[in-house]
Amino acid sequence: MPTGNLSVTTFVIASIIKIAIVLWVLLTAVAYTVWLERKVVGHIQNRWGPTRVGPFGLLQPLADGLKFIFKEDLTPPYVHKFLYILAPMLALSMSLIAICLIPFGNSVNIAGMNIPLQITDTNIALLIILGITSIAVYGVALAGWSSNSKYSLLGGLRASAQMISYEVALGLSLVGVLILCGTFSLHGIVEAQTGTWFGFIPKWNIFKGQFIAFFIYIMAAYAETNRIPFDLPEAETELVAGYHTEYSSMKFAMFFMAEYSNMVTVACLASILFLGGWTGPVFGPPILHALLPIFWFALRVLFFIFVYIWVRGTLPRFRYDQLMSFAWKFLLPLAIANVMITALVVALRS
Amino acid sequence: MPANYVPIFIFIAIIAVALPVTLLAAKLIRPDNPQKTKAMPYECGVDPIGDARARYTVRFYIIAILFVVFDVETIFLFPWAVQYKALGLFGLAEMLVFLAILIVGYVWVWKKGALEWI
Repeated sequence: MPTGNLSVTTFVIASIIKIAIVLWVLLTAVAYTVWLERKVVGHIQNRWGPTRVGPFGLLQPLADGLKFIFKEDLTPPYVHKFLYILAPMLALSMSLIAICLIPFGNSVNIAGMNIPLQITDTNIALLIILGITSIAVYGVALAGWSSNSKYSLLGGLRASAQMISYEVALGLSLVGVLILCGTFSLHGIVEAQTGTWFGFIPKWNIFKGQFIAFFIYIMAAYAETNRIPFDLPEAETELVAGYHTEYSSMKFAMFFMAEYSNMVTVACLASILFLGGWTGPVFGPPILHALLPIFWFALRVLFFIFVYIWVRGTLPRFRYDQLMSFAWKFLLPLAIANVMITALVVALRS
Repeated sequence: MPANYVPIFIFIAIIAVALPVTLLAAKLIRPDNPQKTKAMPYECGVDPIGDARARYTVRFYIIAILFVVFDVETIFLFPWAVQYKALGLFGLAEMLVFLAILIVGYVWVWKKGALEWI
């Protein structure tokens, strides 16, 4: 965000530095989410998870990445080649681009310049994120269709139908938050949640009566990211691997990374929209003032990712008709009711 | 501020270059050993019967149409929600009428059986 005294070059260089840092952090987070998932699910199932590569298997993501690069990448002759190659890149790029509007903390002072801890903020940030994550459906649908394999087509169809169904509920669950905060800017939404009641109950949206919206958002987000209990698109017992059955090596890795980076984005959004973003007790010397908000934010994101994995280790998969009626007959009316009740309550109060 | 959108485009440009470069770099170092059996569509070892792009259930189309209807309504609610406090009681009444019409349509769709997945 140029503050007026910054020149254009400084602004562009500052943006590129921020993008590099955020991309590095995001990709590391993605790699270690995979590690965490294998570890936690392992312990839930009473086994160890990865232990061999490095201490506690900590170098496992690195080994996996190397393996992905060195494996044979088979592009079968019967596929629609252009779309087949485009699909994984589309899925991964859209899931990465969504992170560029997420604020990780308030602004910090570096060398006299006030630098906000996010790549950029616009007054329609939330809309842009919703738009970008919607494009990810194309990655999945194109992958399923272009592979020219029955499992892929069925997986792609299921995935796109599921993602668009839950997108309606996801969008409606955000309306209540928008009524309370009155802005699309994610920074503004967090600002609206600062402060406490009686000194200890934080003014997060979830405590302002949006807990039903929070529930709807979490359910819809699990379905959007194709995670258990909504992982019908890649139900391995019936569809082998769903839309990425025919993908190998680096292209498969791209779908894999897209799924996990979507998880991270969804966790970030959940913390910002419902749990007050980076708000939390700040104390100590100036350096702690700068770092503690990032810590509180990372803590919330980690909590969400842990719940994701916990749910995966606990719940069985839905049936497809149950999945669809859950979206259209339960979440959608509940979300509309939540919007109406929030609007009425806010109107009565003012 | 329009300048706020510039970093998004820088980000998109970086991603748009980095991903194809990753694929090309992987192409240089990985083995390439295509065989006839590898080149068959995966169907658990059985020879595939017929084309993969076969017919599938019409339910997917209905879901897609319903999505278009309801997603447009959702997008319509967003600007109203952001300006809710400025619009006041007028905005509330207008949107309750709008939502009432939407709910009538929703009930009709449900009664017609479009939400059933058979």
